[in-house]
Amino acid sequence: MLDAALLALGQVLAVEHILFLVVGVLIGLIVGILPGLGGIAGMSILLPFLYGMDATSALGMLIGMVAVIPTGDTFTSVMMGIPGSSASQATVLDGFPLAKKGEAARALSAAFASSLFGGVIGALVLSVAIVVARPLVLSFSSAELFMLTLFGLSMVAVLSGRSLAKGIGAAGMGLILGTVGTAPATGEPRMTLGIDYLYDGIPLVAVAMGLFAIPEIIDLLKRGTAISETTGLGGGWLKGLRDVLRHPWLVSRCAALGCVIGALPGLGGAVVDWIAYSHAVQTSRDKSQFGKGDIRGVIAPESANNACQGGALVPTLLFGVPGSGSMAVFLGGMVLLGIQPGITLVETRLDLTYTIIWSLALANIVGAGLCVLLARYVARLTQIPFVYLAPFMIMITMFAAFQATRSIEDLVALIVLGALGLYMRRFGWPRPALLIGFVLAPGAEGYLYQAVQFYDWAWVWRPGVLIIGAITVVSMVLGLRYGAEVSSEGDTDPAAIATRPRQFVLAALFLGVAALCIANAFGLSFLGQVFPMTVGLLAAGGAIWVLTHLYGSHPSAVHDDDAALALDGRWSGRELYLGVFAAVVLGIWLVGFLAAMAIFLPAFLIFAGKAPPLRAGLLTLVALGFIYGITTAMSLRLPEGLILGAFS
Amino acid sequence: MSNFRTIGLRVALACATTLAAFAGPVAAQDFSGKNIEWTIPFGVGGGTDVWARFFAPQFSQALPGQPNVVVLNVPGGGSITGANQFATRAKSDGFEILGTSASTQFPAILGDARVRYDYAKWTAVLASPTGGVVYVAPDVGASGPADIETLRSKEIRFAAQSATGLEMPVLLAFEMLGLNIRPVFGMESRGAGRLAFERGEAGIDFQTTPAYLSSVAPLVDSGKAVPLFALGVVNADGSVSRDPSFPDLPTFVEFYQDATGAAPEGEAFQAWKSLMLAGFSLQKMVVVPRDAPADIIGAYNAAAQTIVDAPDFRERAGDELGVYTQLVGADADAALTEALKIDPSVKDYLTNWLKQEFNVSL
Repeated sequence: MLDAALLALGQVLAVEHILFLVVGVLIGLIVGILPGLGGIAGMSILLPFLYGMDATSALGMLIGMVAVIPTGDTFTSVMMGIPGSSASQATVLDGFPLAKKGEAARALSAAFASSLFGGVIGALVLSVAIVVARPLVLSFSSAELFMLTLFGLSMVAVLSGRSLAKGIGAAGMGLILGTVGTAPATGEPRMTLGIDYLYDGIPLVAVAMGLFAIPEIIDLLKRGTAISETTGLGGGWLKGLRDVLRHPWLVSRCAALGCVIGALPGLGGAVVDWIAYSHAVQTSRDKSQFGKGDIRGVIAPESANNACQGGALVPTLLFGVPGSGSMAVFLGGMVLLGIQPGITLVETRLDLTYTIIWSLALANIVGAGLCVLLARYVARLTQIPFVYLAPFMIMITMFAAFQATRSIEDLVALIVLGALGLYMRRFGWPRPALLIGFVLAPGAEGYLYQAVQFYDWAWVWRPGVLIIGAITVVSMVLGLRYGAEVSSEGDTDPAAIATRPRQFVLAALFLGVAALCIANAFGLSFLGQVFPMTVGLLAAGGAIWVLTHLYGSHPSAVHDDDAALALDGRWSGRELYLGVFAAVVLGIWLVGFLAAMAIFLPAFLIFAGKAPPLRAGLLTLVALGFIYGITTAMSLRLPEGLILGAFS
Repeated sequence: MSNFRTIGLRVALACATTLAAFAGPVAAQDFSGKNIEWTIPFGVGGGTDVWARFFAPQFSQALPGQPNVVVLNVPGGGSITGANQFATRAKSDGFEILGTSASTQFPAILGDARVRYDYAKWTAVLASPTGGVVYVAPDVGASGPADIETLRSKEIRFAAQSATGLEMPVLLAFEMLGLNIRPVFGMESRGAGRLAFERGEAGIDFQTTPAYLSSVAPLVDSGKAVPLFALGVVNADGSVSRDPSFPDLPTFVEFYQDATGAAPEGEAFQAWKSLMLAGFSLQKMVVVPRDAPADIIGAYNAAAQTIVDAPDFRERAGDELGVYTQLVGADADAALTEALKIDPSVKDYLTNWLKQEFNVSL
């Protein structure tokens, strides 16, 4: 083992290998920074070069790309409140408020330093674990994985903020949205309403962007300032580094957590950031700043998500079963290089295995280092009047959403979920809870079904199940005790009590969707209906609870950001912006992406941003060139539009 | 280990030589400066994607004028979405091609309501066969056809993806053998099913050739898995021969004969053979719209021939493609036409079986 490790070290440090690794890292960063793109887009850039390369260099390049995707995506999470990928969702909760406070540079450098340490710790753990991890991975059966999804769902208790009722309602809604599509056990269509698009379920990127990006963009436009509420970059990037060094144990714990969760095939990066986040909340004495800009809320998920990539290598290398989405891409790349992952690889080519692991550590160092250098400059974007940034963010958001399934329905889903996010934000429903429910729904259902099929109900008594169950209960109790201080939706308007009728409408909508889900479930076979029935009842319970709270004017449930405006008889204008975005989607459908953007961007800059036409034109040209460039480089597609399509 | 790697000079040379041989029909076609868009109805990194990405640069080299071959992944609906999209949108100028797999073929045979493509409108340029092995856990206590009663006597769990996917002929084989198999559906991949087997949750499992060689063979060596039979190679004439990757393992037909004392027959066996032809004998295919210009189809056929005739093709293809003979041009197309012919009574049998056994309506 030792000589293999040394041999690998020599290969990793060879100049050629490092060069290719840096190329991979650069591409990974670009792909990571653009929301909605992941390893798949990066892969299509690298593949043409992969062919015919020597295995060590090619692996370095692939690992370099895959490793830094959760590093690069931090930029959008912190600066724009857009979850760059599923691994950086929780970073938004405190990262974005920090940017709003004018501390973007601090938040970014803290995030990157955490990514660096997390990634390196992950690789170190991996270099020991890879030879002994086989029994650990095999000890997690479908039953334990189901319990882990429950553990993930218990995070709702922490993230519900003031109103647990709304948290349960929102998580239930997320679970319902997650059941849309074909049932894993029986293949029956569920809640598809006869729409072909819904057969494959709603894409995660549409949900994440709709819930977070659209409402935040509209909110910032409404405020009419820059993202940062203060001028001057205050806080600075050195402060962020010091923040990380002050919390070495938090970083190590979250990295270890990320490594273990990453190693379990099937759960992957989707929950690790939330689990790390709520771990940070539960272990901190002063919780008053979480959700409002606590640096620990950035450090925890970022340490965990890079370590998670290391963990995800365990099932990929040992079993040939990818531990995460980007590992699936990496696995494909390995096969293409003529390397069949599996136990044979680890047993016979230990040197290659160590090359992979240490490339991972090196890539994390290089990637985070580059990002720290960049952070100081990129942070300045938060000083630009937001009305200039907004149209470009809309362009990027729509571009990203369209890459989900490459159909115009992706954009429709984005707008519909954007409307849902808008009102959830306005009426104080925790959006993270919905996202967690959505992300965990397929896993929860699939693993429960498998556990029951494999073990009947005896699975409940498996030791692993009992242990995870106990941890879940403790975490829920702690979450309920302290969670009230964590708010992702801000403070309410004191006048909110007067606008309760509007608040009733949203709660009633949640109840309606829950009822629809239950009604739909009646038409299915037993195995297909159990899960939607359960989550439908859960969501209905949450919604009814909220309704009773609203009826009794319970302070935890009453929330309306625009109450004072509404009472004055004025209109916040949020729907107008949403209407404009919907019109853009209509334009894309008619004339195609580039043409629609060529109209929307300058029009918005000139009318809303009062930009001089020449500058507006120039900015538009640059933006369109950029989008066209990456589309070509990554062999992606843009919507063509009905009119153009009719002629071709 | 060095398989999909260096294409290098040798192929270029081989291309040149073989191109000369095909110069007649090909010379009229020149793809230079063109982009060929190859739709793959699966996600990046999966089996069909990797297969396509192995062949894409070689097609690029072997086609006259060396066009750019771009893989376009359109995942969803177990490959039905992408194939539908290709069928409705692709132009038949020959610059848009499709890669298909067993899960594209099976729904077409079964007449799945979601299918809007028709294989009769496509011609196959290249087809890659594969095989697979069924194995059991040692505690089942069976090692061959003589233990059939042991196998039949207990309920054995099988971790599968779906009733209508790649495992369909395997499930049908279990049915014909009269085994008491309890399938657990919803696995994300065959790899996830293998993990369930290794955890001891499933007692019987099936893997295709490359996965069996890299991940199950070590288990067999250490006594953690016992192979029962290979599916075997179903030839176009309906005969079944031993899988060249597993010459020492009996085929399903041999296993059945030894276990029951009679050769398999009837609608179930006809259905099994149809599924094997469409899903394994031609597992993955490159298809071009049939109404594309004949010289362009000819150029694809010639390029495919060049690729598989390259002296180092076998070495580069490695375990992923295995030792199976790649079908090219007219052979591939004839096999496709044959595979898609399914007797209405056999189709009815399959539909009823899926409905009764697994409550699946198509």
